[in-house]
Amino acid sequence: MATLRSEIAGIVTSEDIVRVRHMVRDAAVRLSFSLVDQTKIVTAASELARNTLEYGGGGTVRIDELADHGRLGLQLIFEDRGPGIADLNQAMQDGFTSGSGLGLGLGGAKRLCNEFEIQSKPGEGTRVRVARWK
Amino acid sequence: MADKYRFLSELLRKEEAAILDKWLELQQVALAGRRDQVSVKDDVETSRSFLHGFGKALAATRELDLSSSGWADLRQTLEQIAITRATRGFGPLETAMLIFSLKQPVFEAIRRSLSSKPEELASEIWNATEILDRLGLFVTEVHQKGREELIRKQQQEMLELSTPVVRLWEGVLALPLIGTLDSARTQVVMESLLHQIVSTGASIAIIDITGVPTVDTLVAQHLLKTVAAARLMGADCIISGIRPQIAQTIVHLGVELTAVITKATLADAFAIALQRQNLAVVRVQKNPPAAG
Ligand SMILES: Nc1ncnc2c1ncn2[C@@H]1O[C@H](COP(=O)(O)OP(=O)(O)O)[C@@H](O)[C@H]1O
Ligand SMILES: [Mg+2]
Repeated sequence: MATLRSEIAGIVTSEDIVRVRHMVRDAAVRLSFSLVDQTKIVTAASELARNTLEYGGGGTVRIDELADHGRLGLQLIFEDRGPGIADLNQAMQDGFTSGSGLGLGLGGAKRLCNEFEIQSKPGEGTRVRVARWK
Repeated sequence: MADKYRFLSELLRKEEAAILDKWLELQQVALAGRRDQVSVKDDVETSRSFLHGFGKALAATRELDLSSSGWADLRQTLEQIAITRATRGFGPLETAMLIFSLKQPVFEAIRRSLSSKPEELASEIWNATEILDRLGLFVTEVHQKGREELIRKQQQEMLELSTPVVRLWEGVLALPLIGTLDSARTQVVMESLLHQIVSTGASIAIIDITGVPTVDTLVAQHLLKTVAAARLMGADCIISGIRPQIAQTIVHLGVELTAVITKATLADAFAIALQRQNLAVVRVQKNPPAAG
């Protein structure tokens, strides 16, 4: 698997969420994702970036444009050094929110992508990796 | 180093009138082309109160720390000057020059009073330079912040302007949303819609999201809240402009829009709205021109 291009962006303010969405949209366009695929990965990015900011207290995202045996894909890795998630199963449940959201961000991001991985340790932070392939 | 600024503060007190005169003269030259922007009276008043405050601050402090309490009044005067100028379209340099142009009259006054003591003269000139430079930088910084604030405000106003609530028909409002629907903006937009519903007594509101690039769970939540609030005020909402890719994404997110009427286009939504009002659009049958 080859990385065609990789970018890292900070997520510290709500304007950064907008910027991350633009970066992901641009990457998806470069990989000539269909409009539906673009919308899906951008929306997933929006959810995860907001979680990084809101619950993780800010963090970073790495945007990787990948090629695997001729197949193109977009991988996003969100990382923060926030409080972490004590109960991952609960957090993944549709409708669960510890804030005032709809509780559909994590589950939604998972459904919008082909790959979804979440690692979190209470007190250490959270890392979410998603990928969508063409 | 006690009373480092005693000489200067006394000089300012004694020579205030002369310094002010010369300073205003210099300002007048510098602002020759911009008389329209700040009235002369304004200049005289602010310059006088600045000079006065400057002398007082110098008398009260021994250190050049603008953040200390002795400088608070002068800081406020400077902030007012900077903000006024920023708002009126002055550049930061022009605002800084206002303070720097005080050097000449102050140096002249120092020279007049210390002409026989070259060493003291040099050291007082240095003191004055140091302070005025510091004040000049401070005012530049405030000016810059003032401009940024102004630009932010203008952008905010533009956002509000760019989301008009349109009255399509008696009792039918449309709210075409354009752009990013995050944060502060959504709140403003939704509130203005609800406000319009109340003030026009509308019974149907069409929220068109054709211009919204991303509908994530936060946007969906805002939409759902607005629909619920509108309903409490006696208006039904129709959400239109849900493009196919957005519709698919919403389904994957798991957001339930089933309680809301959704339509692909604003025209479809308008048709439903008319129907609900027992209204119909009909083609007018034109009479054929009478024969010869
Ligand atoms: N980066 C993170 N750090 C800490 N907690 C998180 C993070 N991301 C998600 N969570 C937790 O998972 C819950 C569910 O997240 P999500 O599905 O996006 O719903 P919502 O954002 O509406 O709460 C959040 O309420 C929060 O408790
Ligand atoms: Mg979320």
